[in-house]
Amino acid sequence: MPDLSIPHLNRRSLLTGAAALAAAAALPKPGRAAAKTVGFIYVGSRDDYGYNQSHAEGAAAVKKMPGVNVVEQERVPETVACADAMESMIQLDGASLIFPTSFGYFNPYMLKASKTNPSVTFMHCGGLWADGDPANAHSYFGYIDEAVYVAGIVAGHMTKTKKFGFVAAKPIPQVLRNINAFILGAQTVDPAITMQVIFTGDWFLPVREAEATNSLADQGADVITCHVDSPKVVIETAEKRGLFTCGYHANQAPLAPKGFLTGAEWNWPYLYPKWVTTLQNGGTLPNYIRGGFQEGFVKSSPYNAIVPAAARAQADAVRDGFKAGTYAIFIGPIKDNKGNLVIPSGVVKEEHDKTLESMDYLVAGVAGSAS
Amino acid sequence: MSGFARAAFGVLLPPLLAVVAALVLFGAFLAAQGIDPVGAYGLVWLGAFGTWFSWQNTLVRAAPLLLTGLCVALPAQMGLLIIGGEGAFVLGGLASVAAGLYLYNIGCPDMITLILMAAAGSITGGALIAFCGILRIKRGVNETISSLLLAYISIAVMNQIVEGPMRDPTSLNRPSTPTLPSDVMIGTIPNTTIHYGLVFGLVACLAAYFVVYFTKFGFAARIVGGNARAGRVVGLPVERMVVAFCFAAGGAAGLAGMVEVAAVQGAASADLATGVGYTGILVAFLARMNPLALIPVAILLGGLDAAGGLLQQRLGLPDATMLVLRGTLFVMLLGSEALQGRLKRLWPQRVQKPLPAVAS
Repeated sequence: MPDLSIPHLNRRSLLTGAAALAAAAALPKPGRAAAKTVGFIYVGSRDDYGYNQSHAEGAAAVKKMPGVNVVEQERVPETVACADAMESMIQLDGASLIFPTSFGYFNPYMLKASKTNPSVTFMHCGGLWADGDPANAHSYFGYIDEAVYVAGIVAGHMTKTKKFGFVAAKPIPQVLRNINAFILGAQTVDPAITMQVIFTGDWFLPVREAEATNSLADQGADVITCHVDSPKVVIETAEKRGLFTCGYHANQAPLAPKGFLTGAEWNWPYLYPKWVTTLQNGGTLPNYIRGGFQEGFVKSSPYNAIVPAAARAQADAVRDGFKAGTYAIFIGPIKDNKGNLVIPSGVVKEEHDKTLESMDYLVAGVAGSAS
Repeated sequence: MSGFARAAFGVLLPPLLAVVAALVLFGAFLAAQGIDPVGAYGLVWLGAFGTWFSWQNTLVRAAPLLLTGLCVALPAQMGLLIIGGEGAFVLGGLASVAAGLYLYNIGCPDMITLILMAAAGSITGGALIAFCGILRIKRGVNETISSLLLAYISIAVMNQIVEGPMRDPTSLNRPSTPTLPSDVMIGTIPNTTIHYGLVFGLVACLAAYFVVYFTKFGFAARIVGGNARAGRVVGLPVERMVVAFCFAAGGAAGLAGMVEVAAVQGAASADLATGVGYTGILVAFLARMNPLALIPVAILLGGLDAAGGLLQQRLGLPDATMLVLRGTLFVMLLGSEALQGRLKRLWPQRVQKPLPAVAS
């Protein structure tokens, strides 16, 4: 009966409020001196089997280090919410190192925060730092196309139909580079392999990703891979259709024990503790950090048991080549899928070549449009 | 108890009870997961209002909610339920970036550029919602559905323009328009991190309150909201009033979009669709469509937004926790409407405000 309970409710709410106030006042105020507090900010869910999970795994590795506190915040959009999250970690939790892990956090939010908090170190994932940006701001990114290329080799050995399907978010350089790396890897096994690309339009559209995967399956593709924030739906849908899959961002093998061949993963659990140690020991990190297999930025997911020895041997050899710095993906002549020569004969584009960062084409053998 | 106090009490009590009930339920939800609800509420308090820093965060979050709340509350005076403020917000933001870039490049004085940017945002947003009003009166299309669907279309159009004609060619991996020069950005209130968008929101709410409750026009609007047919019989220009109110509503949301690009994001991109247009619906309902009540409610919800991060950081709770609280709040609020009749028995002379009815 509402009319009976009203006074009680009011009194209880007063008591709750008073207790909450007291609790707030009694909360411990974290100090900066004792332990180093590291903040991680993710744009999506920590358990998305994708981009954000890869960073959360890195954060988990940092959490295990002695003398380090980790604070995390997930699903923070690339808006003022990101600025709030960083400031809150600094002001209320005393964080002295922040990892804003999404591309769009950099400008303007992280640049502003690094100017107003000169004693805090900011490590942004995206590879965006340029001359003139604050010295306490850093940005890193990996050449994950190396690992995608290796996965393409494995897929090339496994395919029967010689047709692949690729579910991609947006036709932007990073994504196009991975699409091209995957097919180029496969074509080292069989130059006749082709691939259909479907762009969904955004980073996290599970329904459209499932539709795209089914459509690719209907078109006869027998290996599916993707570049979206959470490959979960793509991998699960492909597994249901009985197709092979290659993963991206994190290890999706648990989602598709039958068809998951291997995948391209970020290696943050290796790098993050390393960087934190460097900073703890008073060292400094470059403002702009890039790397592939050689620098430990990326790794391959473990092979499925069904991957034959020949495929493993070739993939391992290429990976060793990347680690030694003796192998490159983009070696001319390479034509785009409209017949234009995009990398002339005799030209080798190493991973750190800046022109690869503005890639705007799909190579021959890929069906789809880059714009 | 004076008549006014009784009326105010009658209007305020059900939503207050709803808030308290939601807090109790949410506390039980936390306790069920083994989390101390009192400690959690302490954190919410700390993150929302506990320090000056928290207050600034809260007010920054509240600023757009004031304006998107108006986008729902204004048409509600006429008995219309508009829920597509998000569309007016993104198109308003996009239009003001376009205006700002163009005017800056032709050398227009900064102050005039800013004013025209605000005008461009408001007019674009206003036109969108006014279109819903016109569809309603000319074609009988339900304005709730049309405004919601137009919001989806608006977001798609905004993305199309950002990735096509207005794309900054250097925004390789994250398509966006060119960034507004800092000369034509809205600054912050001195010694704070709060931008002047908050002032726009406060002024707009006060102005709307004045118009609705203290002018003949507002009185006429409330008559139409109570009974559109009666309004027609006494000779009120119902059609024109619907369009005017819808235009003002969309204008408020469009202005919020302008503030978002000119004070926060600096450019238009897919991230312009922040969801504040939808949160505005919750704000307006919680404020019972009263423009003045939007102010405390927007601050409350802004505070919940600002505090969500701390719950994650300190307790390791998932982001969805705050959505659970918000959802509980909304359900309790709708449920509290059912208390209306019962409370009347306690205070027989209570002045009852008619529920917003759909204009016919």
